[in-house]
Amino acid sequence: MSPRIKTIRKVLNPPAIKGFKPYGPETGKLDTEPVNLLYEEYEALRLSDYDMLNHHQSSVLMEVSRPTFTRIYASALQKIAKAFVEGRQIAINGGKVYFDSDWYNCKGCNCNFNNPERDEEILKCPLCGDKRIKSFDPAQINDAESPSITDDVCICAHCGSMQPHKAGIPCNQFVCPECGSRMKRKGTSGAKIKKN
Amino acid sequence: MKIAIASNGNTLESTLDKSFGRCSYFIIYDRESKAVEYIPNPNKDMEENAGPASVELVASRSVTKIISYEFGMKIKPLLDSLKIQMIVLKDPEKTIRVIIEMLNH
Repeated sequence: MSPRIKTIRKVLNPPAIKGFKPYGPETGKLDTEPVNLLYEEYEALRLSDYDMLNHHQSSVLMEVSRPTFTRIYASALQKIAKAFVEGRQIAINGGKVYFDSDWYNCKGCNCNFNNPERDEEILKCPLCGDKRIKSFDPAQINDAESPSITDDVCICAHCGSMQPHKAGIPCNQFVCPECGSRMKRKGTSGAKIKKN
Repeated sequence: MKIAIASNGNTLESTLDKSFGRCSYFIIYDRESKAVEYIPNPNKDMEENAGPASVELVASRSVTKIISYEFGMKIKPLLDSLKIQMIVLKDPEKTIRVIIEMLNH
């Protein structure tokens, strides 16, 4: 059986450096195989020990569960301890992560877009080419205009009650107000009403 | 450079679909050759995970930007890791023709 798929961890700030090297007269004689610290482990250490957040707050920021965060953090400490004790280098790379991108708003066409390439600065709107762009916080849109309601409908497969679907949120995140079972998208195969 | 647009029809007069994963058609516009390709979305009636399946379909056409009315919570991290730019256009009235004209700025 294949292992359970890992959720992608979110990294807010990638490290400025690629790793660490030990120094001292003995370093040349030691095993030089570096310890590979993953990006998610670096981020876990940064959030809990540099930003002084607790594991729950950090896990929310990395979009993983609290137990998963604690495992990542424990692995980070273990690797760093190994590097310190055995005098190994630390190389920071790899891991199942994505880097959170910056979002911008264009005044010309009123669209929102992100910058997938961190290293390149965005100067104009990718849609209309307008230069009047400003960065904005995507958390604002979620608060200001809560998910818009589309023409689709979520339906309860159990009792058949319906509610309008909210764009961007999977139907099965909602429970039926009538009977408490999970909602499905209307019109899909799983959404046929079960008859007793 | 290829750009994908999530649309509710297969003509230039169609508009943006309200959903990305369950839109009717993906319109792939090539900025260099000015070619427009319409791909019917096979994930339209999927029960769940229509978004990630659609991302896979669009990414296989090596697009660099996606224009949609909305991106779901499962898609955003996926597109960030694939380095595909998301453009959210909250204007369901704009036709595909107008959007393509805007892209040719």
